[in-house]
Amino acid sequence: MLRPESLLRPTPAGLYCPPGDFYIDPVRPVDRAVITHGHSDHARSGHRHVAATPQTLDIMAARYGEDFAGDVLPLPYGETVSRDGVEISLAPAGHVLGSAQTVIRWKGMTAVVSGDYKRRRDPTCASFEPVPCDLFVTEATFGLPVFRHPDAADEVARLLKSVAQFPERTHLVGAYALGKAQRVIALLREAGWDRTIHVHGALAGLNALYARHGIELGPLAGATDADSRLPGEIVLCPPSALGDRWSRRFADPISAFCSGWMRVRARARQRAVELPLVISDHADWDELTGTLDELRPGEVWITHGREEALLRWCELRGQPARALALVGYEDDDD
Amino acid sequence: MRAFARLLDRLSFTASRNAKLRLVRDFLAEQPDPDRGWALAALTGELTFSAAKPAAIRRAVEARMDPVLFGWSYDYVGDLAETVALVWPAQTGANREPELSEVVEALRTASRAEVQPLIERWLDALDADGRWALLKLLTGGLRVGFSSRLAKQACADLGGVEASEIEELWHALAPPYDDLFAWLEGRSERPSADHPGRFRSVMLAQPIDEAVDFARLDAGDYAAEWKWDGIRVQAVSERDVRRLYTRTGDDISHAFPDVLEAMTYEGALDGELLVMRDGRIGAFGDLQQRLNRKTVDAKLLKAFPAGIRAYDLLLDGEEDLRDLPFAERRNRLEAFISGLESPRIDLSPLQPFETWEQLSALRAAPPEGDPRIAEGLMLKRWDSPYEAGRPKGPWFKWKRDPHLIDAVLMYAQRGHGKRSSFYSDFTFGVWREDANGDRQLTPVGKAYFGFTDEELKQLDRFVRDNTIDRFGPVRSVKATRDFGLVLEVAFEGLQRSTRHKSGVAMRFPRISRIRWDKPAREADELATLERMLD
Repeated sequence: MLRPESLLRPTPAGLYCPPGDFYIDPVRPVDRAVITHGHSDHARSGHRHVAATPQTLDIMAARYGEDFAGDVLPLPYGETVSRDGVEISLAPAGHVLGSAQTVIRWKGMTAVVSGDYKRRRDPTCASFEPVPCDLFVTEATFGLPVFRHPDAADEVARLLKSVAQFPERTHLVGAYALGKAQRVIALLREAGWDRTIHVHGALAGLNALYARHGIELGPLAGATDADSRLPGEIVLCPPSALGDRWSRRFADPISAFCSGWMRVRARARQRAVELPLVISDHADWDELTGTLDELRPGEVWITHGREEALLRWCELRGQPARALALVGYEDDDD
Repeated sequence: MRAFARLLDRLSFTASRNAKLRLVRDFLAEQPDPDRGWALAALTGELTFSAAKPAAIRRAVEARMDPVLFGWSYDYVGDLAETVALVWPAQTGANREPELSEVVEALRTASRAEVQPLIERWLDALDADGRWALLKLLTGGLRVGFSSRLAKQACADLGGVEASEIEELWHALAPPYDDLFAWLEGRSERPSADHPGRFRSVMLAQPIDEAVDFARLDAGDYAAEWKWDGIRVQAVSERDVRRLYTRTGDDISHAFPDVLEAMTYEGALDGELLVMRDGRIGAFGDLQQRLNRKTVDAKLLKAFPAGIRAYDLLLDGEEDLRDLPFAERRNRLEAFISGLESPRIDLSPLQPFETWEQLSALRAAPPEGDPRIAEGLMLKRWDSPYEAGRPKGPWFKWKRDPHLIDAVLMYAQRGHGKRSSFYSDFTFGVWREDANGDRQLTPVGKAYFGFTDEELKQLDRFVRDNTIDRFGPVRSVKATRDFGLVLEVAFEGLQRSTRHKSGVAMRFPRISRIRWDKPAREADELATLERMLD
């Protein structure tokens, strides 16, 4: 029987597959890389050969310029590429547009690297697809039982209620530029908010990219193009702009922040957020443990996040598991 | 329960008074009786339970999940109620979510043994926000900064009436306030305020504008007295009910048994609550030892004996004096106080004067004794009736000029709400010699107002351009002998403090001028401040 370590192993540059000679989401430039999704801590520029979904490649080109890699291999969901007897395919991870789990098959053994993922419905990307496997490498960003995300639609309803209650003020909503912003816009549309949504310049490019990929976002406008202080309107911006001088142009803004971290009150208070909205693109505790229950892999490896609690959960279940303690992945990109 | 939980959550992140009022007013308009009334009582602290001990709640959650995982969760979150609310394993569909009124009713009637399983069933049925609200309610610590004063204003906003009308009624009402809401919504008559020991709305003074008012006011029309430096109170003793109220109608009787004991009269006095020792009054810091306490012990009562210095008489026996002119009320007050012969209740003496110049001289150089720590002078028209609120003209306050020092900006913190993009809370320090004989800055206070919007922008820019370090939301600003921003700080008084490193604590500090022109090395020394101690 093969040991999983012969197929995958943690290295300082990231997870490495010796028989296929490639890395997954490497944190430094390498010869061959498979990229799970477009967030900047996973998708870096400067690798020689890059395989990823066409959407992820598109996102990387938008962020880093067309020459972000030597050459690229677009790998749509479900298609397989072989290299030295190792079969590689990508399955939807449900995290952001184009996000994928990396599925590796070799000598009858299957390893799945989840990348960042979630199990909730998201109108802006394909849903997570469980793949039976011998080794499951999972993220653990919200790997603590305190993180249980509420229904995102309820959080959006709280935002809309506040807009109705404070029609003379601008609602400034902080959301990460890739994925979260577009998901929040789509959720607002589903909730019936059909007015123009005003967006910070830093979000415009990715909004346009999502639209090119067929994700309907409705009427959008630049937040600084408006000739009023936008009372009663919703303005989306990157989180860093919430406390920035940029925010002063609006009408007595109420600052909202969409993130799984908002579940913990001290985190919201630290950022001086008035309306914390618990909307996350990562699996919460129940999704992380539920997925392990569903897959029952022979072995679980835990990459980044709060791995000790998930490790403890596995131990109580008799599920073989180990923590990889990979470095270079940010905790905060939700 | 869900609406209450959402309100509580929202209030806990809202700093602006007006936004809080809007949230509560809307809640009261949307929610049915009796839930809204219980919610209001819970917010203002009228309704407290100690139904659940934290240890019992912890045991309940550890019976449902791995104690190690719970322990890590608690370490991460840092608050027991919040941790339990978040980690409690979901039991969707297990029970119907309880309404707030059901919870309140059950807790009032259930025995201690029945309470624990009830709580667990409610936790099963609620979502995380609901569990948090329930646990905060059960352990008696809502702490969302909603005072009974705000509650009265929110009710007034709901019904479109003056807050003073609600204040007068408040003590005749009891949760869940069905009769109040029925009146505010026009469904019934105003509830009766005839309630022995009730609060009467207080009359307040306008600040005087020296440049304008003295030229148009006749000194002969006004009486003057010192504005003592304690807190304004109303002491009501009516048909065996004795109550001590703040000027907004909060009942603080429980903290002042010594004062209550001295209220042997039948009537209602308006006066200043002070620490009094053999007829001499203590500084505000002394009174602070007695404020905001749930209970008092004998030691504290002896060290900081409280009393009232009377300004006005609203009720003499059963006779309401409020429509009489001040001159007549004053005569009645003098007779009333001398009849009491109490060491704890004395009279605030009037200060004779003929011209504004004479009064101005008195204010600038108060005589030895109590007046030295008065906040300033009060001017009252001899013919003024006692009117609720802050009417323009009959009463003025003329505060003493504040103390001023030049200090150096050391730290800045971002504000809340409207000011969340500005560094608007400023910590400043003065020079003192350290053990090596070097001059070091020591922080002496914090101020977050006194400047214009334009000045705030300039201060914010200075902080951002001169940051040398960050600690969470706080920035440390460059401040050396050769470089630093000097702020002229005004304050009302200075007391010794063991809690502050500098050993002094300022009362009511604010930034009066930004001294862009003044070199940091020329800011004041700690020794200068020490000479200003009360």
